[in-house]
Amino acid sequence: MDTQQQQQQSAIQGAKVLMVGAGGIGCELLKTLALSGFHDIHIIDMDTIEVSNLNRQFLFRRSHVGQSKAKVARDAVLRFRPHINIRSYHANVKNPEFDVDFFKQFDVVLNGLDNLDARRHVNRLCLAADVPLVESGTTGFLGQVTVHVKGKTECYECQTKPTPKTYPVCTITSTPTKFVHCIVWAKELLFAKLFGDKNQDNDLNVRANKAASSSKETEDVFELAEDEDIEQYGRKIYDHVFGYNIEAALSNEETWKNRRRPRPIYSKDVLPESLSQKNGSTQNCSATSVDDSAMVSAMPLLGLKNPQELWGLTQNSLVFIEALKLFFAKRKKEIGHLTFDKDDQLAVEFVTAAANIRAESFGIPLHSLFEAKGIAGNIVHAVATTNAIVAGLIVIEAIKVLKKDADKYRMTYCLEHPSRKMLLMPVEPFEPNPSCYVCSKTPLVLEINTQKSKLRDLVDKIVKAKLGMNLPLIMHGASLLYEVGDDLDDIMVANYNANLEKSLSELPSPVINGSILTVEDLQQELSCKINVKHREEFDEEKEPEGMVLSGWTQSRATNGESASTSNNESAVEVTESSSGPEIASKKRKLSETQPENHKRETENVESEDDDDLMEIENPMTVSKKKKRVAYTFP
Amino acid sequence: MDGEELTEQETALYDRQIRVWGANAQRRLTKSHILVSGIKGTVAEFCKNIVLAGVGSVTLMDDSLVNEEALNANFLIPPDENAYRGKTVAEICCDSLKDFNPMVLVSVEKGDLSARSTEFFEKFDVVVIGYGSLATKKAVNEKCRKLSKRVAFYTVDCRDSCGEIFVDLQDYKYTKKKLEEKVECELNFPSYQEAVSVPWKPIPRRTAKLYFAMRVIEVFEENEGRKHGQCSLLDLPTVLEIKKKLCEANTVSESHVPDSLLERLITGTIEFPPACAIVGGILAQEVIKAVSGKGEPLKNFFYYDAQDGKGVMENISNSFTS
Repeated sequence: MDTQQQQQQSAIQGAKVLMVGAGGIGCELLKTLALSGFHDIHIIDMDTIEVSNLNRQFLFRRSHVGQSKAKVARDAVLRFRPHINIRSYHANVKNPEFDVDFFKQFDVVLNGLDNLDARRHVNRLCLAADVPLVESGTTGFLGQVTVHVKGKTECYECQTKPTPKTYPVCTITSTPTKFVHCIVWAKELLFAKLFGDKNQDNDLNVRANKAASSSKETEDVFELAEDEDIEQYGRKIYDHVFGYNIEAALSNEETWKNRRRPRPIYSKDVLPESLSQKNGSTQNCSATSVDDSAMVSAMPLLGLKNPQELWGLTQNSLVFIEALKLFFAKRKKEIGHLTFDKDDQLAVEFVTAAANIRAESFGIPLHSLFEAKGIAGNIVHAVATTNAIVAGLIVIEAIKVLKKDADKYRMTYCLEHPSRKMLLMPVEPFEPNPSCYVCSKTPLVLEINTQKSKLRDLVDKIVKAKLGMNLPLIMHGASLLYEVGDDLDDIMVANYNANLEKSLSELPSPVINGSILTVEDLQQELSCKINVKHREEFDEEKEPEGMVLSGWTQSRATNGESASTSNNESAVEVTESSSGPEIASKKRKLSETQPENHKRETENVESEDDDDLMEIENPMTVSKKKKRVAYTFP
Repeated sequence: MDGEELTEQETALYDRQIRVWGANAQRRLTKSHILVSGIKGTVAEFCKNIVLAGVGSVTLMDDSLVNEEALNANFLIPPDENAYRGKTVAEICCDSLKDFNPMVLVSVEKGDLSARSTEFFEKFDVVVIGYGSLATKKAVNEKCRKLSKRVAFYTVDCRDSCGEIFVDLQDYKYTKKKLEEKVECELNFPSYQEAVSVPWKPIPRRTAKLYFAMRVIEVFEENEGRKHGQCSLLDLPTVLEIKKKLCEANTVSESHVPDSLLERLITGTIEFPPACAIVGGILAQEVIKAVSGKGEPLKNFFYYDAQDGKGVMENISNSFTS
């Protein structure tokens, strides 16, 4: 072993690392860390093992289903590396015990997460604790690994990540054009209305109400009468949502001027008079006598086996009624508390059927249960190989971080098709974005109707959803408008709750055009300022939230070449707005950091070589890819 | 489409990957038979990946006994002497792999790969040679090419933090998606013998240096009768001598193959686990592509070097000279 290798080994052996996530990437990462000689690894994961994990999370076996991922992964790796220290935490990384002091004990943090929210949270804690972060993600054959070191490279949030797609309410309630709209309707509206919390606001009848009947009347449809037959009840719901509501919507001619008119569907036209004789479901379903409620299924009763098969309207209608009946027959206690879960078979069947019937009505192509489950559950496509590769890349970057080899840091992309011969493409990390609200404390701008929007809207739609704060505190000047925490007394809580229902301009310290709010999260040690601009009107289609948040103060025109990394198009903007000298310096920097032999090569062939351009173009082509990759794990 | 449906159990287990490559590809995978020899770190990673993916069967060949080096990067071997004493690497790895996915048939074949008859290879759809000698790679490749059925042939080699993959799919047809349309494509692969004898002069200068360096090491080990990785810094003068001869024969200057790279390859005999994971991952991806007939395959070399972080595909055939 030469001295360089010895240095590397001592850096590895002396390191204390934190892994967040013991899933697809996590299993591979823990294995590769252990093999590479890491001695002290802490691992956090709140999840338990599921069957669909076993195709890639190779540390888990069928007998482990239901157990903590972090713990089982630890035990499995200790079997081939018994003498290292692995500590597992079966917990949410957002829990308060994982505070800045907790993060400070580590030399590097390695993320193998599956959601934007947790990634942002860890990013902020790493910034606050000044611990380097190696971040990763995969979907199908695509993957990426990035390095985030405070002050040296951009933080995870320097380029705004797209938040999960939301759809305008009216597209979902009355004018769906894609299958996903039908899924959202079936899952968020119909399923929630029938089986979820009755007190939740629900837009299921919004459009119908406007068009016809009083809301009192439509509400009653969903009430199950004392001795009502479940099948009759199911048919009543069916006729109401697929028949009556569509008729009501059709009566509004204006809506259908430039749209295809939907077709109302009634159960009597699709299903036989009575199903009970034909299927005898109540007797039959005892055949599937499973105690685990997640295993109850309508499919076997109807002779449906293959989840990849496309069902026709009749089959979907049968599944709809059977699934609804099973909820009442087998899972009555849960009704009123259910939320959609992709691992809940009966819920997936019901949502698939409902979405398909609606799709049929609107002339949208139907989908199989397998496909519908993927859409409804936001399932990320995943294979073992990409996770293994990405885990290897994470360890390589982690070792560089430990050796403080700053000019060798790379972000690396795994591509499905080679780009300029490369399947694994390393790119120099970007510098911190000077207008990043997370690592550079640049004020944000919020356009909002200060008379109409309530503080609650600001907290839910901006502070939590957009800024990803966990335990927020909102101040206007010296006045505290809102905060969350265990240590608040009842009077304060009542005060804050009252504030939530007030419009911004009615608050004790009125927030109006020109006001500056301070929003903080004490756990994340993140504080940012929001400049409030009053605006009367918002476009319901394009700005469904009724407010617009932007990440920087100056307009692009005044900001010129100096890296105007804007919110949405940031990834592409960076290179497009870069000036000539910047590109040159980037290129120079790269060739300097290349190993000796490659450098010589580059100099020799300067003239013939258009491949040299590669280094310049990389960030751009790759940024686009990065966007695509990032987009799939909101 | 082809053959029986996937079972409910298979659909549940392979759910996430069926969403990547489709049910047809999964069906083809479950019917494929893979032969693997030389089970060090990178090949262990590869085996794990294809067993998880759900191939039909994996046959392992490696009669070597477990030693310190094998334990280092091969996570399929538990570090318990009582468990591995008297067993070959293939036998130990077989036990571990079976555990990863009970639906895959994993077995051990004893003996020397290069001594096997042509018929032996007919049972397989894919043959992977890990860390093989030049003679073995050539001989097995020729045998596979003689068969009437197409056997996908791969070699893989890792030294220091570098890796090489070679692919021979002979005449290969596949479908690829182009703007939502499926296009039929065809590729012709050179044999191993052809691919390593391409004259160096016409090969484009941006080609990975590892291609040339690996040829030098291969010839060195062949000439000296060394096993894979059986070399040290003491061998550098001999290696440089071979490099000089090869460069002269190919009428290229000696700077064509950097000495520093050769030095790395002969001294870095301990496998670097992250590089094993990366190269073993790429190899498995390629085997899955070839078995399922989906997606553009790698033609015909792949190189990874952790030092510059690039994973590059190189197409090296006699097309440069024609």
